[in-house]
Amino acid sequence: MLTSMLIFAAAALVFGALLGFAAIKFHVEGDPVVDKIDAILPQTQCGQCGYPGCKPYARAIASGEADINQCPPGGEQGVMALADLLGREPGPLIAEPSTGNSDEPMVALIDEETCIGCTKCIQVCPVDAIVGAARHKHTVIEAYCTGCKLCLPPVCPVENCIVMDMVRPTATLWKWPEPLQIPELMRGAGS
Amino acid sequence: MMRRLYNFAGGVRLKEHKRESTSSPVGRTQLPQKIILPLHQHIGVPAKPIVNAGERVLKGQVVAEAGNNISAPIHASTSGTVLAIEDHPIAHPSGLPARCIIIKTDGKDEAAGGYGAPCDTSALTQEQLNAAIKQAGIVGLGGAGFPTYLKLANEAKKITTLILNGVECEPYITCDQMLMRGHSADIVRGLVIMQRALGIKRAIIAIENNKPKELELMQEAIYEAGTPDMELVQVPTVYPAGGEKQLIQTLTGKEVPSQGLPMDIGIVCHNVGTTYAIYRAIAFNEPLISRYITIAGSVAKAQVLDVLIGTPVSHLIEQCGGNRKTLSRVIMGGPMMGFALHDDEAPVVKTTNCILVNSVISDVPLPSRSNFSLPCIRCGACADACPVGLLPQQLYWYARARDFDKVQDYNLFDCIECGCCDYVCPSQIPLVQYYRYAKTAIWQQENEKTLSDISRQRHEFHKFRQEREKQERELRHKQKRQAVDGASTQDNKKAAIQAAMERVRRKREHSDVTPKNIDNLTEQQQKLIEEADARRKKKLEELKPEKITINTSGRESE
Ligand code: SF4
Ligand code: SF4
Ligand code: SF4
Ligand code: SF4
Ligand code: SF4
Repeated sequence: MLTSMLIFAAAALVFGALLGFAAIKFHVEGDPVVDKIDAILPQTQCGQCGYPGCKPYARAIASGEADINQCPPGGEQGVMALADLLGREPGPLIAEPSTGNSDEPMVALIDEETCIGCTKCIQVCPVDAIVGAARHKHTVIEAYCTGCKLCLPPVCPVENCIVMDMVRPTATLWKWPEPLQIPELMRGAGS
Repeated sequence: MMRRLYNFAGGVRLKEHKRESTSSPVGRTQLPQKIILPLHQHIGVPAKPIVNAGERVLKGQVVAEAGNNISAPIHASTSGTVLAIEDHPIAHPSGLPARCIIIKTDGKDEAAGGYGAPCDTSALTQEQLNAAIKQAGIVGLGGAGFPTYLKLANEAKKITTLILNGVECEPYITCDQMLMRGHSADIVRGLVIMQRALGIKRAIIAIENNKPKELELMQEAIYEAGTPDMELVQVPTVYPAGGEKQLIQTLTGKEVPSQGLPMDIGIVCHNVGTTYAIYRAIAFNEPLISRYITIAGSVAKAQVLDVLIGTPVSHLIEQCGGNRKTLSRVIMGGPMMGFALHDDEAPVVKTTNCILVNSVISDVPLPSRSNFSLPCIRCGACADACPVGLLPQQLYWYARARDFDKVQDYNLFDCIECGCCDYVCPSQIPLVQYYRYAKTAIWQQENEKTLSDISRQRHEFHKFRQEREKQERELRHKQKRQAVDGASTQDNKKAAIQAAMERVRRKREHSDVTPKNIDNLTEQQQKLIEEADARRKKKLEELKPEKITINTSGRESE
């Protein structure tokens, strides 16, 4: 138990260092418009927009190839923000978000008892949120999982091995409910 | 000498409801069966537990240490056994549980070694004082819960004035008043310690003019202590005169800058409860494990109790003769700024000053309680009442429209949620709830932004890693092929390297959109770009997998 924890801790450190390094070293000076669009996209990297990730979709929007309403996880709010940025007409979303909806954040959970260690999930995870090695149990680093669902079956060959789980709300990140808006109840009553 | 006072604009006059709980002396609580200590009782990061389930702990023993430099340790309030460290209902408007250390009390109240041992305070240096205050887990007891030692650090000598806040302006709340009544001398001693910790002389003690008795007691205590640097000031009774920024304005005429701290204008404000806790911590080595709390509202006997931190609220209600069966709402804090608890098994924490009990028969009207509001008639009453000088109507409008940029342009984050606007609004619009909603929604958005930035970085690294692995694979294959061909001469290797590098270079060049912002560059910018190119080139060389870099002579020809 302790060893595995230590290994994970070490791995986390190494990955963290690599990431920081990669961010500085491999940052490619790109198109500022693409970057601005990409900053609005939710970075779920789920591919529901029809592009292999948020950045390619951002490029497609910038070049005029794609419309701004193709990212379900971004929601209406995302479409509005893109419309604002680009001065285009906001249209209705192409699909209901099947995942990555910010109102109901989800993360993947691997049942470590049934995992056969085939490493298929690691290969598809767009943010390297899964750790494990061939023929060993795999696990998801919750903090990094975007909830993109790419690792679910059929990618994972074992039924019910990977499932999506609601992110449990915490007091620190809780949002006060919006007061109920009783729509102008009294209007018309007097007229 | 009479100090000139500068009244702040706005504010409201409220019925005080303070007599009920101040007519009898401060009571002690009976020991509860369980003490529940949330790990997050202060501003900053949660404390880290250092005990395990099953372990016996003693009164005053550290059970959780400070999480980092903005945090505070937590001590066991009495002796007993740790039952568990798990999620338990806490006092939070969300009603969500949080991690708590749960201690089963054993009734022996056995203290840890050194607890309660008198200490000669005058022998301690400034650093020792600060360290002791930090170790005692003291946080602002006035309500905010900011770790106190951070507000007593004055290395830069920026702080010149210390204000002791004994105003206590919210209705029903009387714990500070009773503390001044019973412990005025100790509070003055605590203040001397704080002056020493800060390395300053000037201190102003502010008390509302509806507490003449306590004012007199404090006056006597100052006289007896022989501390002429302390100035006692009576401030007019108007809510929220005890708000930190409002009090500073009343006393000095200075305004704390928008979204700034009192420290920015050379002032720190501490609450009398905090000061008393500091005195006990320094002079008697008693960490913060109890505090005064007002229990008021629909209880047989409203009073101030000396309560162990971690006592369940239900225990206090029962002790004061409240009927738990007829409760409608239990509010933690006062009627203006408090919030309703979802579960009265939640424990009191370091920042709890009042438990306001409501039963179905007599409900204390809260400003934000209306379920039924009328449209805004733009009367402007809210703006007149706002002690911060905000425009509550505009804030409401934009919060309601979820226009979170605009609502921040109108300084949402300077709102102290005092409830004055709510209180005066003739349409009974739950204004404060709109502001709380907007604030928390903005925080949530910011958090999402951080998370998505992390995802972006991780995705970029993921792609980079995939690309690198692919190249390595290709090179390996090529090498193998060449080995099979039996032509692995130096020249061939060189060619292979060159070809690989060419491939990488082409890929890099074509995988990106050409920047559209490189026309008309200044010399400086051109230089930066060249530097970046040079870096990239270097990086490409580093990309070369180890296996084939035996011969590096090919590099120069690049
Ligand atoms: S649909 Fe998924 S991959 Fe496409 S932009 Fe939205 S979050 Fe990114
Ligand atoms: S773990 Fe699964 S759901 Fe989570 S980011 Fe990776 S592929 Fe997507
Ligand atoms: S794809 Fe499924 S079975 Fe294979 S390693 Fe991942 S979780 Fe385990
Ligand atoms: S007090 Fe109420 S009704 Fe009047 S302007 Fe303010 S929000 Fe509108
Ligand atoms: S709650 Fe905020 S907006 Fe309303 S009066 Fe108080 S400070 Fe002003």
